[in-house]
Amino acid sequence: MGLGRTLLFRSINMFLVLFSTILITVILLGPTLDKLLVDAIRNQVIDEVNQGTLKFQNPDERSAYINNQIQFKSKTLGLDQDSFNPQKVIHRVVSVMTLDLGKSHFFTSDYGSSNVRDIIVEKVPKTLLLFTTATILVTIIGIFLGTYVAGKEGSWLDKFNSINAIFSNSFPTWWVAMIMILVFAFTLHIFPARATPLSSPSDANYVFDLLYHMTLPLITLVLVTFGSWAYIVRYFLINILNEDFIYAKKTMGISRRKILYSHALRNAGPPIATSVGLGLASSFGGSIITEAVFDWPGMGKLFYDAIGLLDIPIIIGLTYIGTLIFLVTIFITDIAYTLLDPRVKGS
Amino acid sequence: MQKKLFIGLVKSRRGIIGVSILGFLLSLTAVAVLVIPFDSYRLWNDPDYWINSPKTAAPFWTSFFGSKDFEHISLDKNNAITTSEVSEGIRVNNFGFEINMDADNFPDDFMFLHSVNYGEIPPVLQIDITRPDNNTFTVYYSSLPTTISANNTFTDRIFSTNNNIKESLSPYQSFFNFPISGIEPQIVLFSDTSKLQVLHGTYHISQKFFLFDNSSSIENVGVILGGKVFGILGTDDLRRDLFVGIIWGIPIALFIGLTVSIFSISIGLIYGVVSGYKGKKIDEGMMRVNDIFYAFPTLILLILVSITFGRSIFLIILILMTFGWMGTAKVIRSIALQMRNFQYVEAAKLMGQSDLKVIFKHIIPQLLPLTFASVAISVPGAILAEAALSFIGLGDPTLPTWGQMLHDANTADAASRGIWWWIIPPGLMIALTGLAFFLIGNSLDAITNPLRKQNQKV
Repeated sequence: MGLGRTLLFRSINMFLVLFSTILITVILLGPTLDKLLVDAIRNQVIDEVNQGTLKFQNPDERSAYINNQIQFKSKTLGLDQDSFNPQKVIHRVVSVMTLDLGKSHFFTSDYGSSNVRDIIVEKVPKTLLLFTTATILVTIIGIFLGTYVAGKEGSWLDKFNSINAIFSNSFPTWWVAMIMILVFAFTLHIFPARATPLSSPSDANYVFDLLYHMTLPLITLVLVTFGSWAYIVRYFLINILNEDFIYAKKTMGISRRKILYSHALRNAGPPIATSVGLGLASSFGGSIITEAVFDWPGMGKLFYDAIGLLDIPIIIGLTYIGTLIFLVTIFITDIAYTLLDPRVKGS
Repeated sequence: MQKKLFIGLVKSRRGIIGVSILGFLLSLTAVAVLVIPFDSYRLWNDPDYWINSPKTAAPFWTSFFGSKDFEHISLDKNNAITTSEVSEGIRVNNFGFEINMDADNFPDDFMFLHSVNYGEIPPVLQIDITRPDNNTFTVYYSSLPTTISANNTFTDRIFSTNNNIKESLSPYQSFFNFPISGIEPQIVLFSDTSKLQVLHGTYHISQKFFLFDNSSSIENVGVILGGKVFGILGTDDLRRDLFVGIIWGIPIALFIGLTVSIFSISIGLIYGVVSGYKGKKIDEGMMRVNDIFYAFPTLILLILVSITFGRSIFLIILILMTFGWMGTAKVIRSIALQMRNFQYVEAAKLMGQSDLKVIFKHIIPQLLPLTFASVAISVPGAILAEAALSFIGLGDPTLPTWGQMLHDANTADAASRGIWWWIIPPGLMIALTGLAFFLIGNSLDAITNPLRKQNQKV
């Protein structure tokens, strides 16, 4: 499969997944969304009537007027139609995919906008900052540690590394997060328990405050994942170290160190890159809980809060943006793999 | 083959550790089923069931380190010394409780329970406490209400915050060297008279009922002193015994993990074999579908389904199954691609056997051992996913799962309040269960996976 064909297939695949995710989302949440919208209209109409100057002869007339108003407003928003009306569903999917995400019922952006797009745009960089930084750190540690232990197969450090990998895989990240808060915030008072900075975003010190609050989540993420990283790198390297061309290089008299750090590591590049990408993509997915535990003001925390308050526009918007980031990450990973691996290009 | 698998499992150290952890968990469950009342499982979320336990109490063994905390005491009719006398036509039923006080701090609160059956004339209840310094305080003296329920039984609990108790204590000010008006009754009652510290020794609490007609009878009485420590793993904010929750979590986690992994691996097995065996266009099409499923954000989908259809464990299992087969399908496909060229498979085909028969009679049986390994390896993922969903607050609320416990802990800010006994055990159990299956699966995989090279002792 050539690069062009791969790209084409991947793009179609990505679009299909994105489309069907949003379709499923809209179908699943449509009825709830309609119901909430009608409730919102009812409250709005009743408010208007209560504060307005309209006079009514009797309560019946008042309720008739209110019902009329609700029906009229519902009709203009298309709420009188069935939630599963194909036209309506497609219309919703298209508007979500063109980033027309509607208004939030409960949340506002830092600058007071209740537009879902504005709210999410503010959160995206914070999530990316935390998880990308963590992934970069973990990748660096993983590659160095993994390569080191691959060269000393069977040593105590190698064994420790394997055990560490198995253990850190078994613990839920968010549980370790709670333990970290217990130890570093409650017992030792080194870091704050809640990662949302206290200063406002317009403050000059906001960036430093944010970074200080980021330390504990960052340490936790690195601590939980570096073990399995080092293990994966070691696994790939040892696979390669057993290949014939490495034996050939050994007989040519190239030093073991050079073989390991240069030849083997370079050949392990593509699978490592893939793992980095997939790890990053899945860490965004896991961000919902990790951010909720640390109270880190990113997309995951917003998602968590929106679930609690059943803010459907926010949930749909975040599903879309989250899936998009996830798919783009996988897409880039695929391309990177194709570009890095000569075998994929050739065949 | 099964025998070979078992031997391989027991021969590797990882396998032995995994099997022993699993055995330990299963025997804990067996003990739970025999010893712990089933109501504690059924009524896990019912606050009434747990009302006699203390709130947010630490495990009892924490008293062994540092100061000796007051351990929760809950006594009922069976623990009382019952005496009965009749004077001037009035029956007096006395229930005496003995409490040994050796802790360094006061109880958090106390409660007197009673359940009395009586006719038109309500009985009078008097509660006395005789302290180690031989002072006797009457803490409560009042008649029970006249209007009672249809079955003539009146059940009530008198809390330490009851005004009657506060008023009854104020005449005893003269015994104390310090003002007691602002101090809570549970402290006044158990305090030294000269300074505010616990008076050690044996306390006698008597609940005396004056009964005015013959039909009256005492159904139950009880004394509860709210402790700071309780049970093996303490309690949470809702007074639930966390040890009980941890134990009931085992069968649920095993059920979720095994069901999800068995079904999703089976789907993956059949899908992969069909794809690899059929090859060509069908293979490519099926692998595209695989890619699409692979890229779905499972957690988000789980969240959406839970919001829409409610929070049921079976729905969660269904979704996890639907999105858990893709990895297996890929691995199995690559093996099936090779297997379809094996001579015996080709021979079967030449003999005119249908594809269905070839797949189910000749290919799948060969792959079953590998499938066992995959099932074991994918159990932890399913348990973690359910725990994650419960943690977000979308798990099945009727079940005491570990994820649900951690969700409650997180909602109550347990980490920043330092309630470690609410956080550490559930997470350790998730990890331990995951570890057991991971180790078992790993050692099975080492025996059965044809794609795995000998040198990789994972």
